[in-house]
Amino acid sequence: MSELTTKTIAELRDGFRAGDFSAVEVAEQFNAAVVAARSLNAFTVETPDAALAAADAADEARAGGEIRPLGGVPLGIKDLFATEDVDTTAGSKILKGFKPRYESTVSDKLRSAGAGMLGKLNMDEFAMGSSNETSAYGPAISPWQRNDGGNSALTPGGSSGGSAAAVAAGIVPGATGTDTGGSIRQPAAFTGICGIKPTYGRCSRWGIVSFASSLDQAGPLARTVRDCAILLEAMAGFDAKDSTSLELPVPPWEASLSSDLKGMRVGIPTEYRIDGVPADIDALWDRGVEWLRDAGAEPVKISLPHTKYALPTYYIIAPAEASSNLARYDGVRYGLRVDGDSGLDGMYTATRAAGFGAEVKRRIMIGTYVLSAGFYDAYFTKAQKVRTLIKQDFRNAFNDCDLILTPTAPSAAFGLGEKTDPLAMYLNDVFAVPASLAGLPAMSVPGGLDRQGLPLGLHLIGRELDEQGVLNAALAIEERAGFTARPEKWW
Amino acid sequence: MSVNTEQVRHIAKLARIAMSDAEIEALAPELNNILGWIEQLAEVNTDGVEPLTAVIDQKLRLRDDAVNDGDCRDAVLVNAPLAEHGFFAVPKVIE
Repeated sequence: MSELTTKTIAELRDGFRAGDFSAVEVAEQFNAAVVAARSLNAFTVETPDAALAAADAADEARAGGEIRPLGGVPLGIKDLFATEDVDTTAGSKILKGFKPRYESTVSDKLRSAGAGMLGKLNMDEFAMGSSNETSAYGPAISPWQRNDGGNSALTPGGSSGGSAAAVAAGIVPGATGTDTGGSIRQPAAFTGICGIKPTYGRCSRWGIVSFASSLDQAGPLARTVRDCAILLEAMAGFDAKDSTSLELPVPPWEASLSSDLKGMRVGIPTEYRIDGVPADIDALWDRGVEWLRDAGAEPVKISLPHTKYALPTYYIIAPAEASSNLARYDGVRYGLRVDGDSGLDGMYTATRAAGFGAEVKRRIMIGTYVLSAGFYDAYFTKAQKVRTLIKQDFRNAFNDCDLILTPTAPSAAFGLGEKTDPLAMYLNDVFAVPASLAGLPAMSVPGGLDRQGLPLGLHLIGRELDEQGVLNAALAIEERAGFTARPEKWW
Repeated sequence: MSVNTEQVRHIAKLARIAMSDAEIEALAPELNNILGWIEQLAEVNTDGVEPLTAVIDQKLRLRDDAVNDGDCRDAVLVNAPLAEHGFFAVPKVIE
């Protein structure tokens, strides 16, 4: 029984149901693949026993005639999700040793659906980063390499970098991610896989370490559109423990998948054509338009006039919320404590100085400043007003179209250590952030390779709650792009 | 608007992050670079625009005012760096 690790989640699920293999066989093969790929630094913790225990339970249930939706499927869980009795650090030194006594709602739903956990996945510290380089564990490394014969290590993107690297390398069939301003979609694009951020409120935030609460959303990363639909169905749903959870039924996204886009209008936003984007990406965008036309959709030009203000708006709102959320790391209730030289306040400041990395400190400082007396209205209230305008842009655009197609990121994956300027790093999310600010469902699907042999993604943005439209258009692209490239194994 | 090292020191104090003079010197130009960039929002006309507070419209739910959790002191304390007599322990505050 070889090569179970090359199967998609749908194939694993269906093969397990049909009795072609056992869940334990699947778990053992993925456990071995995880160990063999340690040079990717994709995991912060490996949990082979948890994967085997879930597989055992799935096999036993199958013998008794009970098959759960994700029975026989092992997954990777981003280190931002609280996992019961398993280290949960958000990629930060300040949460070192933290073993929650509870399980996040999303990972608990996956567990209840029968999925096993292969381990916790590396990420940028507190999800603040676009390259996984801010992780206290060092960066996860992309399985992809440039075709120039060199072997410089590339970023898998961020912040869900470990999730993307692990899925792309085939050491997990799927993984959870979170997306505050592109953290699922940009890594998916960089590693040639799929990733979807649902409408804000679809997935419970309970038990997910908070970064920017008005933006944070969980979603899956997997190799195919169908696999994303399967995982999202298991992850989404109302949760009374999250005050912004949407009290709506979870639609049957997988069963309703259809790549027939007849009658759909796909908006192409003029403002996303920006200077400095490689020609390969613009060319892929044009091909994407043709693929959707071929599937029956009608392309229409649209305008999202406040696009250029989305990133600066995000870099006020996200740090402001982060500075409040991260106030809880004070050396008292969990994680690191460093005794300073002067009482309680000295302990707070020494703990936070030692526990947070440079990017997290930078964002806490920005957030503290824009919320401080005298600057609150000029920065924070102003940003919230511009956020209203960005939301209105989308609302207006959706009068003329049903979906929006853009590139996912303004470049292919870059080398680790290549981007040192924080602002240059922020610009990575220029196409991803507007949908986050508007709370809209958005997805990256692989479109092709650039001239260096690196994957590029196409990005679909849908109306509020229209995950189905996003998934269907992604499926139409997937069927036409014929993206079968896989990274050559070097790890 | 830009910040000088004194202001950076004040922000670090508000944020409860200990910083050396060298760190503050290094951080000031970085923060100014970012603040200078986000200030382009000033050119957007937001007269009469309501600030966005809920990205997806929904009513805040209320639940019955009844205890639905608790009795888990030991589980709450288990991750504390220091816990004594069933409490979180911190450095001495009152002399």
